[in-house]
Parts: sequence; C-alpha cells; structure tokens
Amino acid sequence: MTARLTVNGRPCDLPEQGTATLLDLLRDQLMLTGAKRGCNYGVCGTCSVLIDGMLGRACLTLAADCAGRSVTTVEALDADGSPDPIQRCLVEAGAVQCGFCTPAMVLAARALLDANPRPSRAEIVAAISGNICRCSGYGAIVEAIAAAAHG
Amino acid sequence: MAEFAVVGSSAPRLDGLEKATGRAVYVDDMTRPGLLHGAVLRSAYAHARIVAIDTAAALALPGVHCVLTGEDFPHRYGAFVQDEVALARDRVRYVGEPVAVLAAETPALARQAAALIAVDYEELPAVMTPEEALAPDAPLVHADFAGYARRVAVPLPPNVCAATTISEGDVDAAFAGCDVVVEGTYRTQAQVHCYLEPCGALAEADAAGKVTIWSSCQSVFRVQATVAEILGLPMARIRAVAAKVGGAFGGKSDVTVQPLAAALALRTRRPVRLVLTRDDDFMMMRTRHPATVWMKTGAMADGRLVARAARLTLDGGAYAEDSSAVLGFALLIARGPYRIEHVRMEGRVAYTNRLRAAGFRGYGNPQVTFAGECQIDEIAARLGRDPLDLRLQNAVRAGDDWVGGQRIEACGLVDCLERLRAALPPAAPGRGIGVACVAHISGILSTSAIVRVLEDGTVTLSTGAVDLGEGADTVLAQICAETLGLPLDRINYAVPDTDGSPYNWSTGGSRVTYMVGRAVTAAAGQARDRLFGHAAEMLECAAGDLELRPGGRVGIAGVPGPEITFRDISARAHWAVGGPIIGSASVMFEGGGFDPKRSAVTGNGIGKLGAFVFGAQAAEVEVDAVTGRIAVSRLWAAHDVGRAINPTAVAGQIAGGVAQGLGYALYEDLRFDGPNPANPTLMDYKVPGATEMPEIIPIIVEHPEPSGPFGAKGIGEPPLVPVAPAIANAVAALHGVRLRTLPLTPERVLAALDEA
Ligand code: FES
Ligand code: FES
Repeated sequence: MTARLTVNGRPCDLPEQGTATLLDLLRDQLMLTGAKRGCNYGVCGTCSVLIDGMLGRACLTLAADCAGRSVTTVEALDADGSPDPIQRCLVEAGAVQCGFCTPAMVLAARALLDANPRPSRAEIVAAISGNICRCSGYGAIVEAIAAAAHG
Repeated sequence: MAEFAVVGSSAPRLDGLEKATGRAVYVDDMTRPGLLHGAVLRSAYAHARIVAIDTAAALALPGVHCVLTGEDFPHRYGAFVQDEVALARDRVRYVGEPVAVLAAETPALARQAAALIAVDYEELPAVMTPEEALAPDAPLVHADFAGYARRVAVPLPPNVCAATTISEGDVDAAFAGCDVVVEGTYRTQAQVHCYLEPCGALAEADAAGKVTIWSSCQSVFRVQATVAEILGLPMARIRAVAAKVGGAFGGKSDVTVQPLAAALALRTRRPVRLVLTRDDDFMMMRTRHPATVWMKTGAMADGRLVARAARLTLDGGAYAEDSSAVLGFALLIARGPYRIEHVRMEGRVAYTNRLRAAGFRGYGNPQVTFAGECQIDEIAARLGRDPLDLRLQNAVRAGDDWVGGQRIEACGLVDCLERLRAALPPAAPGRGIGVACVAHISGILSTSAIVRVLEDGTVTLSTGAVDLGEGADTVLAQICAETLGLPLDRINYAVPDTDGSPYNWSTGGSRVTYMVGRAVTAAAGQARDRLFGHAAEMLECAAGDLELRPGGRVGIAGVPGPEITFRDISARAHWAVGGPIIGSASVMFEGGGFDPKRSAVTGNGIGKLGAFVFGAQAAEVEVDAVTGRIAVSRLWAAHDVGRAINPTAVAGQIAGGVAQGLGYALYEDLRFDGPNPANPTLMDYKVPGATEMPEIIPIIVEHPEPSGPFGAKGIGEPPLVPVAPAIANAVAALHGVRLRTLPLTPERVLAALDEA
C-alpha cells in the first residue's frame, strides 16, 4: 500500500522520488501553482501552505513527511466559488501589487485568524513576519487582515 | 459631487482577485506540451580567459537536448555601448556571468547536466572597485573597447564606459562669493532589486522559425528588439508576450534570460522554460549603481542657495547597459529642486569585474539626492536655520526652469513641504526628525494606444504597457473608462503582446500613467469622436451637439429625450456602415533637452526626459546609543502626483517605494569578498520585513500637470529617493553626527557617535 496525504481534501499519492519536496509535488505534479518558488530555501515565505492547519514552508518540507497529513493550498480557499474574506479584503485595501507574495500571505492570515479570530495589529505583523513582500511596504496587508478579522 | 466618475476613485486592481486566489499565471506556472527545462552554468571567476569548454559529459546524459555556449551567440548588443554578449565568449568578466545554457527533460536533470560542463579558465587580474579600475595601468575589463559601437562616441579613459559634464553659470566665482560652503564625499552601495519572482522566460518556436517568448519583463517591445539583435533575426520573427510579473523595479527592464530561452527553443524545436533559481538571480542579474559622490554647495547668509558642484563616480559593473543614461540623469537631477543658478556636475561610470549595474527605481537619483539633501541640512545647521524653512525658501516653483532650460509646468513642492510641516509632531526628547526632498521626471520616449469598440459596445484597450504590480493596467483602464463615460467593468485591458499591442517603450521612468495615459486619452477621444459621427447620422443632428451619457450612451446635449447606446452604434459600424470603431494614438515626449545657450554639456547620454515630479518626506528616528541601531518610527511622504487617478494605488506606490528606500537607507548592501558577492542570498541580504516597517503616512498632493491625462503624472520612483537622506538628517538632528555612507549600519552609527 502506498503512503498518501490529503491535498485540499482529496487523497493523493506521495511522489516516487523520496527527495521531492511538498512544493515540487504541489507545483509540478498537482499543478497547484498558487504556492510560489521565491527562493526554494525557506526564507521568502512565498511557498507557504497549511499543513494540518499550521503554516508551513512547502519548499523545506519533504513530501514524504506529509504522509497521513492534510495540506491546504490557496486554491482551496475559494473552491466554492466565493473568495475568502481575507482575499477580498486584500484586494480592496490595495494590498496586492505584483501578487507574488499574496497567496502565501492569504494562508498566513488564514492560519492566524483560525487560531486567533481577533488579533491585535502586533499579532498580525508577527503572523506575516516570515513572508517577504517587496512591493507593498506591508501596511496595506496588515490593514486588510485586520479588516477581515474585525469585519 | 465628484469631478469625475472613474478617475479619482480607488478602483480595486483589475487582476487583484486573480492574484489573491493564486490563479494568476507567472512564467514558472506556465507549461506547454513537450516542455523542456533550462539551466545556466555561471562563471566562477571575476575575470578569466575561457580556454576551452567541454560539454560532452553533459550532452551524454540521457534527456539532455542541447548545450549552448558563447560560440552560439556571435552578435554583440548594448543600448549605449555594444559590449555585451548573451553568453560569455572568450572571456568572463564577473563571477556569476552565464557561460553555458542547456535544455533537458526536467529541471533537476538540467541542473545536473550543467554541473557536468567542464570549463577551462585562465584567470586574469580583476578590478573590483572603481578605484582599482581607474588606477594607472589597471587591467582592462574590455580590452576591445575601442572597437565597440557606441551611441555617445566621446573619447574616454581606460575602463570608463561613460563620462558626462553639465555646467551652467560660473560655479567657481559663485562659490567665492558664498557666505557658507559645505563640502563632502558620500558613498552609496549596491542595492539588489530582489523582486520576489526570479527572472524567467518560456520560449517556443514554430515550424517557420518564429519564436514566441512569454516572460517576466518590463517591456515586451524591448524584449523583442533585444532578442532579435542578439539572435540576428528580424524583429518580425520574434513575438514577446507578458506573463504576470512578480515585481521588477528596473531589474527586468533589459532582457534577462529571454535570449537564452529563445535560442534553446530554436535549437531544440521544443518549448523551453528557463527560470532562474534565487542563487542564479543574485549572481547573474543586476544591482543599483554603487556611487561615490563628492559634492559642494554654497549659500548666502540670508539662506539663498547659489552654487552646487558634484563629481560622481558610478560603478557600472562588467557591462555598460543603461549606465550612460543613469549617469546623465543623475547629473541632471543633482542640483535638487532648488533655485541654484550656478552648477557644475561631472561624472563617469567605471567598468569593474562585478555584476552589472542597471536602472533601479530612481535611476541614479537616490545616490545624488542622498548627497544633495544631506548638504541642505548641513547648510541649515551652519546658518542656524530650520531645514524645512530653508528648503521652502529655495524651492523651485511652477514656471521656473530646470538645469538645461526645461520649464517646470506644474510644481507642488512648496505644497508638499507645507503639508509635511503641518503633519509633523512637536519635538520630543530622544526623537529626531529629518526632512528631504526629491525631484524626478515622469516621461521618456514614445508609446501608443488602441481603443476598439466591440460589437456589444464594450471596449478593448491595448497599450503594450506591462503592469509590474503597480496597477498601471487599472489606472489606464480608468482613464479609458472616464474618457468614454463607461463603467470600469466594460473595459478589457489586453495582455501586452508584440503581435497585437501597439508599441510602448517600457514600464519605467515613472512614465506609464503620464505617457501611456496621454495615449489612452487621445485614442479613447478618437473612438468617442467616431461614435459621435455615427450617432449624429442616427439621431440626425450635428456631431457637435452630442454628449456622452453614463453607461455607454450618446444623446443630444441639453435634450433629455432620444439617446442611443454604444451597442447600437457599434453594431451599425460592424454590420452596416463605416466599419469597426477604433481609436488610436501615438505620443512622444518632446519637451526638455539642453538649451546650448545656457548649458555646457559633454558626453550626454540622455535625451528629452519628461515632466518634473516633486515630493518631500520626513522621518522620525530614535537611535540606540548602545547598539547603534536606528529605529524609524514614522515616515511622512508628501508627493505631488498631478492628479491621483487611483488614490489607493498612489498610496501603494508611496508605501512600497518608502519600504525599499528604508532597506537602502539602513541595511541592503550586496557586499563583495574579493571577487565574490559576499551575501548573495535572501538569508544574508536582508530586505525589510513586516516587523521592520515604520508607520508610513502618505500625503497626496495634486497640482495638475497641463500635459498629463486628467492632470496626472508619475509616482513609481520618487518615494524611494528621499528616505535615506531624511533618516540621515534625522540622526544628525538628534546627535549632531553626519553619516555620509549608506547603508546607515549600526557599526557606522556607533563609529560616528564615538567620534563626536
Ligand atoms: S520558496 Fe519556500 S520560503 Fe522561499
Ligand atoms: S505584492 Fe509583490 S511581493 Fe508582495
């Protein structure tokens, strides 16, 4: 029996290559390209996904280590056809510029709000502190996440 | 009531949801049937002769399709000096320079094969700084320089790729009459663009040999022209299409890997995707020009600034690229936005064996403005004047001339300073506030737009302008919608594609809103006139009596009754009378330049630039006397944008520019350890994170530019420029120490405090 993991609610086989990262699996095999490869060495945060609900770096995670776990990518957040409030708020606040950091920011915010639905500004800043954005200066992103939390 | 329906509203960006949902397609997200993957082999030497390249082992790996080396790229290229090749030929000139490129079945196989290419080098002495390069008998970076074609063919000393002087008035006499003169040497570093998306391209050739290149770029037209030049092909055989661009900031203005991907696709007859790793991108691509700026500024006792002189040395790296223009612009702007009558600006760009220096948000301006704005504060301190007051006293106003004689048509600088003053908090112990101004341009060269009215009355707008994330597409669609009285959702902004888009020089020079916006206004105006021509016949009235009504309708002015829709008009045009309604316009920035009666200029690499834009910023800082760390708590940024077509997008440009300016001011610095970049990773090259950001307070000032679309002009570059001098001035205000070297690291702060 092959080991499996769940991606966005669907079971999926682990790749044959033991060295494949979760990011390789998502991008190259499952064509879930919302997770980006900004550095591939764990610093930029653009590859962030949720692993059992916790924010994790897909480029540093071996796919094999996800056996039995549940992975959520940005593609799951609007699977029902309506965007997550975080996504809507980011767009409305002008927090999306080039967008390369955005899917990961969305997931960082989702992980935060799931654990802490009414975060302070400092908690929001801390939650995205591992995600680089080179375009926005972060202020609009923080504002958008606050708006999504506080309605 | 709002003056306009769509212009001035903060419409969310057109592709916002596409990006936020992860659906936006960047190059690395694209695939094609039969896709191959590229990888690059980089030089390990700063300067060496390539004795031999052995590709046999790489080619022998199953799944490797082709390996290319410098021999496969016989054509030299370069906008100002034809010194560059797509892959090193005979010589490598910097560590990281691409030496070979290959295509294989998988990315991993491509990288494995690249490691099997054996290059035999004979190391040559390298010059790693302008001082070394300009020393007598220094080794030459380009031994063949004399044989290269050059756009500005003035005689140049060895290892210099550009030299320019601009002078007006009589600087020496003016300094002699000054009551206060300050003088100093300022040094700035190599800032890396660090767009979050590494450079990449996907190329595919058809059976007839036409190549299509999807890439992360600032201009599909520059990609098309440069790839054609490099491959020796007619431009008609190259099609360049924009993918989503994950940030650029000037770093994707020239070609990156497009020529390599195109050559691989032509050779293999398979689509090839070549996306750089972050390591490759750091080592192979570009930085801002490091600079040494000697500057001297003189004033009278009453505060009038009268003379400024500067000598600028830029480190251009191994190839000239746009260095000539960066130098010319830096010298033009070095006077600063003040009424200084006597100026003499001299500069040169040195070749060194470092990676290429290139345009980067600000284009030579941050370097000279760091020096210039520090000196304004140094003069204020000597005169016992308030630095903001001194700036107000000397600020240029509308109707003044710039160096060279170009008239400043609209100028909100005084307003920016006044608004800043009103916003600043009262002095508080332990906190220093520093101010700095910026003047920049918005314009450059040519562009065009096509507005097509579709059968149902909706509109497709094509401009060829690539949106890099700043929201240019949204702003241009707003301008089009406003001109036609349509809601924004009836405008389709076409993907820039050289096969279908009208020409646009580039997204750079803070030009898209102003230049492309002008083209869009004119093209949409022409479409409106053609709609009116049909409507006049349909309503049996004179076209001059018609008016646009909201939502794509035309009626008779002052007569509430009869009206017809764009849909009816366009259907008539498509199926019965006249043919499809298309408006088009071409524009060129034609003002500016140097008036030979007032300016003495030699070796100038810049042409007519654009409209002037202005801003003023203030930084509030605290300095930890133990660690030397500067903490910026708040930053006020007042910028005159003529008119904010989309205020949220303007604020976004201000915040993003300030963030990059903060990194430039405090820590971003690609350092070298001998021939090698010392910190070419995101671990070691620090860019600002969320926890490092001060509160940024944007202040939008609107002094309409007469030639701009709805009065608008650009905002892309200026916000980055004054951040570093504002912070240095704040530190000086707080501790009386003058820091003249960027970045303002804790070590430098401590050393300065120790000396004081
Ligand atoms: S790609 Fe994983 S952290 Fe950068
Ligand atoms: S929007 Fe470009 S990196 Fe965040």
